[in-house]
Amino acid sequence: MLYREAGQFKSTYAEDQQIFPIRQDRVAVALLLAVAFVAVPLFANQYWLSAILIPFLIFSLAALGLNILTGYAGQLSLGTAAFMAVGAFMAYNFVLRMPWLGVIPSFILAGLCAAGVGIVFGLPSLRIKGFYLAVATLACQFFVLWAIQRWGWITNNSPSGVIAAQKVEILGYVFDTPQRKYLLTLSIVAVLALLAKNLMRSETGRAFMAVRDMDVAASVIGIPMMKTKLLAFAISSFYCGVAGALYAYTYLGTVEPEAFTLDLSFRILFMIIIGGVGSILGSFLGAGFIILLPIFLSILFGALSHATGMQIPHSVISNLELIIFGGLIIFFLIVEPHGLARQWQIAKEKLRLWPFPH
Amino acid sequence: MYSLVALGFVLIYKASGVFNFAQGAMVFFAALTFVSLVERGVNFWLALLITLAVMVVLGMAIEKVVLRPLVNQPPITLFMATIGLTFVLEGLSQLAWGSQPHGLDLGIKDVPMEWLAQSTGMFISQFDLFASGIAAVLVASLALFFQYTRIGRALRAVADDHQAAQAVGIPLKNIWAIVWAVAGFVALVAGLMWGARNGVQYALTFIALKALPVLILGGFDSVLGAIVGGLIIGASEKLAEVYIGPMVGGGIESWFAYVIALLFLLVRPQGLFGEKIIDRV
Amino acid sequence: MNRAQQIGDKILSVEGVSLAFGGVKALQEVSFDVREHEIRAIIGPNGAGKSSMLNVLNGVYHPQQGTIKLRANGAWKEFHDMDSHEAASLGIARTFQNIALFKGMTVLDNVMTGRNLKMRCSFLEQAIWVGRARREELEHRRAVEEVIDFLEIQHIRKTPVGKLPYGLQKRVELARALAAEPTLLLLDEPMSGMNLEEKQDMCRFVLDVNDHYGTTVVLIEHDMGVVMDISDRVVVLDYGRKIGDGTPEEVRANQAVIDAYLGVAH
Repeated sequence: MLYREAGQFKSTYAEDQQIFPIRQDRVAVALLLAVAFVAVPLFANQYWLSAILIPFLIFSLAALGLNILTGYAGQLSLGTAAFMAVGAFMAYNFVLRMPWLGVIPSFILAGLCAAGVGIVFGLPSLRIKGFYLAVATLACQFFVLWAIQRWGWITNNSPSGVIAAQKVEILGYVFDTPQRKYLLTLSIVAVLALLAKNLMRSETGRAFMAVRDMDVAASVIGIPMMKTKLLAFAISSFYCGVAGALYAYTYLGTVEPEAFTLDLSFRILFMIIIGGVGSILGSFLGAGFIILLPIFLSILFGALSHATGMQIPHSVISNLELIIFGGLIIFFLIVEPHGLARQWQIAKEKLRLWPFPH
Repeated sequence: MYSLVALGFVLIYKASGVFNFAQGAMVFFAALTFVSLVERGVNFWLALLITLAVMVVLGMAIEKVVLRPLVNQPPITLFMATIGLTFVLEGLSQLAWGSQPHGLDLGIKDVPMEWLAQSTGMFISQFDLFASGIAAVLVASLALFFQYTRIGRALRAVADDHQAAQAVGIPLKNIWAIVWAVAGFVALVAGLMWGARNGVQYALTFIALKALPVLILGGFDSVLGAIVGGLIIGASEKLAEVYIGPMVGGGIESWFAYVIALLFLLVRPQGLFGEKIIDRV
Repeated sequence: MNRAQQIGDKILSVEGVSLAFGGVKALQEVSFDVREHEIRAIIGPNGAGKSSMLNVLNGVYHPQQGTIKLRANGAWKEFHDMDSHEAASLGIARTFQNIALFKGMTVLDNVMTGRNLKMRCSFLEQAIWVGRARREELEHRRAVEEVIDFLEIQHIRKTPVGKLPYGLQKRVELARALAAEPTLLLLDEPMSGMNLEEKQDMCRFVLDVNDHYGTTVVLIEHDMGVVMDISDRVVVLDYGRKIGDGTPEEVRANQAVIDAYLGVAH
């Protein structure tokens, strides 16, 4: 089947406002979901599931959260890891102290806690913009990590600040194997991504983008500045918080505050730059890219040292990784500021015309 | 001391409108290069000269490779590019010189000066005095440079509106190259000072993060602000550690400066000495 | 002029408004009124304070002195200074001198933002999308398409506005303002930078809007031909003071206005 929209006429506004207006896209998304939900858990091995796919989904969710704030609402944040930390540690506390709640409600509550923190640290955005704001979100990063380390009850007085995530059990069904954890993560991420997509194509999303593109004009046509910005911070932090909870429960298992450093915030920022700022799809592409890059590099270096017979020290590899990361960011900002998502868009446009490009 | 790092930020911001997140990494890079050279038996002054040359070249290279292609992009894009740059520099310096910490001895003792302690009761170390002296000289000469030389005037014109500056015949590219070279130089000085105090190690890059609240407080575009802001942050941090710290569990150094700066921002978004911007529509 | 909607009573009255930025006095003791359904022009040489006046009217600038009285929904409201959100909810919409569209969004999305005040669903409903939120979205889409038809921009509906030529962008901005169904429309130099043909189109749209929707229009314009042709009454500002007020004929005969435009030693 060729990728064409010819012959698919839209006679109502409702048809025109579907998520995927082109039939082939709908088929492709359905296929992708089917593969992700059915084929992957059946055929993927342990390593792929727990070392690549689960972190990929979790980072996608965090990147999505940051993208809502930075890509759509235009407020740069360097505190993503802090919001994830709030989510992870609050989920731990809810499960620990209110076990009757169940895991999913605990995750949601943890997300709401992160949203609350997001609102508090989003307050400066009402007065300041751009990198002033970015610096302000650094305050959040440092403060939250400090609070987790110092306030004993957050970590249940664990001396090293390390917590062990409890068993995930929903309605008597225990999510203990990588397959099950993967399915749980996938379901949560898929639902949240759909909600985000809906939100971004409706009034809230338009208000976010209006604030991003020109705030004076936005307030003149009646978009409430304070509500919109704080809502962006709240929703974004909620997504990051849930991602943090998943990070603890389905990926790491045991979590220390040091897992949520500024470095993690940067990594997630890099994901949206590479994937595409202001694009839901871009969050996934970027997360995939950043997850796969180190694996790809280690394979490459492995092959290299094998071929030359030289042992490349680990520190060299990790430093080279840093350089390549940084270089890629600069490269993307210069060459393709809209990231992989734009490339995907262009590819689709070309595919539409293929095989007759004129 | 914070002022010294903050100064590097202010300089680049003033002249090119770029908020250079990589300044901390540059400080680290400079200090590490210098120390490694000295440890390999290079004469102190020769090492200084080589490092200076390296920093100038590095600054100009950054300008050419990273920032020139991004001309006319929104400031936030440039900011993100410098975050990328931070990673590159950190990787590069550790790749070249290894990641183990080094000690740096400038031959100035970090002990309270006896005669001052005896005569006035104040404990000020010789080193602190030396560092403040260097900072003062640096600031004064940069201020003079900005205010009175032809290049300085051109720099300020470029910062204000680079298209207009280009229209009156200021060679934009040279100017930016100079700014970055000077930023490299300031990074070197700051690197030596901090390195001598705390040792040259990876943690040096974090002092950049410490300098940020100083900048917020002082205003990004003000040299005076960087100095006064540095004093306020440095003093209040120590006071808070002593008086408030015990109440909440200590270790508040990591964020206290940010909170001060944030509270301050809510009252006066442009900083202490920053220029007030009127939004026009 | 023959119009469907006759000029009615006062709808807006500005009394003794003064605005200063530091030492610069942008407006000094300016007073004037606007009647329902009329087209009111504000003219004056560069730097006379015209844009500042509009910015005061919808709360972008906050004057130091004076009051603004506005009749909305049949009741008079008095303001010392407007808040731009409140101005929008009272039915004031505007366009800007330098186009202030949301560049990353399509024409359709831009115009849809104009209806944000009429949207009632919470963001949670919008996230779930089915049900009320979807119905609401469609309903507003219909209203927006009407405005798009009216201004003849159907063909660029799905184009990001950043890619459009200047003249069309101005038209999209007008569409966004109209989508809010304003009672009072403020236009800041709607025809600046346009060629003759585009100006004629824009004049036609302004007159049509005024006639068809009965919208009261306050506009700033430099092109005297346009001003004299389409406006009912004109306010003339110079150095932040009002120096003339009346019908186009009266203003044209006013000695102070002639002096201001031709230049006379003060």
